[in-house]
Amino acid sequence: MIEKKELTCIKCPRGCGILVETEQGRIISVSGNQCKNGKEYAEKEATNPTRVLTTTVKVLFGTEKVVAVKSKDEIPKEKLLPAMEQIKEVQVEAPVILGETILEDLCGTGIPLVAAACVARKKLP
Amino acid sequence: MLQYDLVIIGGGPAGLAAADSAREMGIKSILILERDNKLGGILNQCIHTGFGLHTFQEELTGPEYAARYIDKIQEKEIEYKVSAMVIDITRDKRVKVMEKGAGLITIQAKAIILAMGCRERPRGALNIPGYRPAGIYSAGTAQYFVNIEGAMPGKEIVILGSGDIGLIMARRLTLEGADVKCVAEIMPKSGGLKRNIVQCLEDFGIPLKLSHTVTYIHGKDRIEGVTLSKVDENLEPVPGTEEFIPCDTLLLSVGLIPENELSKKLELPMDDKTKGPVVTKEMETMLSGVFACGNVVHVHDLVDNVSKEAKKAGISAARYILEEKI
Amino acid sequence: MYDVIIIGAGVIGTAVARELSRYQCSILVLEKGEDVCAGTSKANSALVHAGFDAKPGSMKAKYNVQGSMMMEELCGKLDVPYEKNGALVLAFSGEEKETLELLKKQGEENGVMDMVILEKEQLREKEPAISEEAEAALYAPSAASVCPFLLTIALAENANENGTEFWFEKEVTHIQKRQEGYEVKVSSYGNSGKQESYLGRNIINCAGLYSDKLHNMVSKKSFEIIPVKGEYCLLDKNEGTAVSSTLFRVPGKMGKGVLVTRTVHGNILLGPTAESISDKEETATSGEGLKKVLTDTKHTVPGLNTGMVITSFAGLRAHERNGDFIIGEAEDAPGFFDAVGIESPGLSAAPAIGAALARMAAGKNNYRKKEVFREERKGITAFASLSPEEKEAIVKEKPAYGNMVCRCEMITEGEILEAIHRPLGAKSLDGLKRRVRTGMGRCQGGFCTPKLVEILERELDISKLRITKTGGNSRLLTDEK
Repeated sequence: MIEKKELTCIKCPRGCGILVETEQGRIISVSGNQCKNGKEYAEKEATNPTRVLTTTVKVLFGTEKVVAVKSKDEIPKEKLLPAMEQIKEVQVEAPVILGETILEDLCGTGIPLVAAACVARKKLP
Repeated sequence: MLQYDLVIIGGGPAGLAAADSAREMGIKSILILERDNKLGGILNQCIHTGFGLHTFQEELTGPEYAARYIDKIQEKEIEYKVSAMVIDITRDKRVKVMEKGAGLITIQAKAIILAMGCRERPRGALNIPGYRPAGIYSAGTAQYFVNIEGAMPGKEIVILGSGDIGLIMARRLTLEGADVKCVAEIMPKSGGLKRNIVQCLEDFGIPLKLSHTVTYIHGKDRIEGVTLSKVDENLEPVPGTEEFIPCDTLLLSVGLIPENELSKKLELPMDDKTKGPVVTKEMETMLSGVFACGNVVHVHDLVDNVSKEAKKAGISAARYILEEKI
Repeated sequence: MYDVIIIGAGVIGTAVARELSRYQCSILVLEKGEDVCAGTSKANSALVHAGFDAKPGSMKAKYNVQGSMMMEELCGKLDVPYEKNGALVLAFSGEEKETLELLKKQGEENGVMDMVILEKEQLREKEPAISEEAEAALYAPSAASVCPFLLTIALAENANENGTEFWFEKEVTHIQKRQEGYEVKVSSYGNSGKQESYLGRNIINCAGLYSDKLHNMVSKKSFEIIPVKGEYCLLDKNEGTAVSSTLFRVPGKMGKGVLVTRTVHGNILLGPTAESISDKEETATSGEGLKKVLTDTKHTVPGLNTGMVITSFAGLRAHERNGDFIIGEAEDAPGFFDAVGIESPGLSAAPAIGAALARMAAGKNNYRKKEVFREERKGITAFASLSPEEKEAIVKEKPAYGNMVCRCEMITEGEILEAIHRPLGAKSLDGLKRRVRTGMGRCQGGFCTPKLVEILERELDISKLRITKTGGNSRLLTDEK
């Protein structure tokens, strides 16, 4: 049996409507997308939807209280909330450099959590 | 009195891109004035992705996008002041600045670029009946608390207005463990980007209630709930459709307006439609030598477009200064 | 045992406290709220009425005219913004014009000075924005505007400086006559309702909406306060030049009608409605009320841009069922003094009521005047109001004035620190707002709220989770990383 899924592409602000047809989890056709990224997104979204997770982590001894972090790559959508639980326990010490790895492996996905901003160490008075 | 060829007011995406392009055009004497304690503007609290697809061909978070421009500013050794608030500006391009730790400074500029960004419309503009308890925030204020201060404004949230910041906060607060009850939108269609409805609401099963608005705020000390009503085609609440939704927080995401204080001080003609100053194609205001770009001119959906516009403003301001020299 | 316990730290309680602090007696003020000016004093028209409204011979007439005459000097001494901008009562018909004459006569009988009737042309010359339909107006030049927050705060600070003690978040639950004086039982917030009691030889009841309840605890001659709700809208300062005087309509059955006034801070204030209600805590605005405020004022000033509303609020007037102020010692409770039914023109009358009650209490107990009474008080320096040279000087002297916290009203960290560390200083967001106007501007706290929370957290040395909007359970944040 062929299954049809209507999706809205989230790859860019255009937000194209895409129709994906699958048969037993296999992609048969993708239509409505206006670019290559759209096709990729739709194929993934229909079979194994993924997202980049962005949040913050508490910073010790920093000029800021928290630092923005993100999953270095997309992780399965259903891992977003479990990953948040894992991140909740994490604290980092300043200085933090943009791009530095905060966690090696988010919820067994193999994808690391990295800093998305820099935080300097607070100068002692 | 300090003298600069170009003074740029605002160190957010617009100001940074304008400074970068003016320097590319050969302007040496540039000063960026930023009222916050660091460069980057609102991008610092926009920790979600979705920035830079056009400018850098990759999807960056707000702080990452800002960092790319801040790096350029630093590499090019463009001068800037932070915690520096412009408190007065005159039509002969004299800028009075209060800088934390340094006091009052007067600066004479040859050209000025206005890049102060925008602000959120507050609750007053909505005039919602009911009490005025704690727990009512504009979406941007809540975003600052969560993403900069690491503090949660509440646990059970109703969001009024489906602008992009409201949608993004719905996801952000859900990830942080809050229960976002719904996003209510008075219009029959959301003002936010489709992608944000998908990845911020649908991903987490948060209902989007179109043609609905908050008609009463309950709770004397801390907000205890809101009455949500359906509205008719004239946006008037329909009697009998009231629904009580318990919550401890109400976020308002009801639109942005250009930050006009300084434009008004300069007596610039304003555009009724964009709510910002009238500008030429070259991003010059009606006052010769004063340029404007980014959300101070009109509210943009995409930071990439802000950067593009700011680049144009930087080039135009540079031309103005260079022509003046000849 | 205190000589005098004053219950309520609204404008009346603090005015009494300040006047009484001229005398050699110990004074305690008990307040239910977390700050002064937390009840009926905080939400009203911010006006010093000339005094032509009240019926000749009434307490309202007497204290209004007296208070109004004292107000300017008092505000001068206490460094409180006061602006004698005059009031106009507008007549829209021949019949209403006749009422103006009656009002004028009544005012003159009450002792109001310099009133004149303006004809259409003179009126339009004075206030060009007024509706073409206005036929004439009664002009009372002695009417003024005052900031009720700053007045109450100044009175309290000055009373405190002269030795008056203040306790906040103490709600009086019982008052009992004792051999000597009275025992006042309170439940205090945050003390899990634990009862405390205070002894006072004399009690002065300035409890606003609850003044009936307190009086009835000790007296058989009972009073009844009926709360009357008034809803208001405040407009952006950009609209602030629309009018300069306070504009009334000819009064009808339900009070003075919806007025248009310019506050001392330069915002246009519209309101109030008048609705008798039963719940003394029901300070909620309603759709109909706000609509009425905006439509009625549009009739007075058609060009008013009512789209510029920055906030709306409701206040409750403490209306005693017989309609007049009740001021003096209770007949059957010696040493128990009342200020009951203090609704409009209560703010105008406050200086006179304060002085009268202090005189009564001092006279009865033979208190002698102190040798030293500091009658002046200096307000917090408003950075935005300084000249460029003064600005430079203050930043040099106090660097915190060089850190701008509120962009809309140009309020610096220096002012905020002063507001927190003064006697009876601010403990909450609203406490700051009332002292230095943070969050009162067009963004209504959007930008400055997180910064204010941070400053309060640091200066009060408490967790930011305990910072409130206005005391009690009005916490701002629920969790922290």
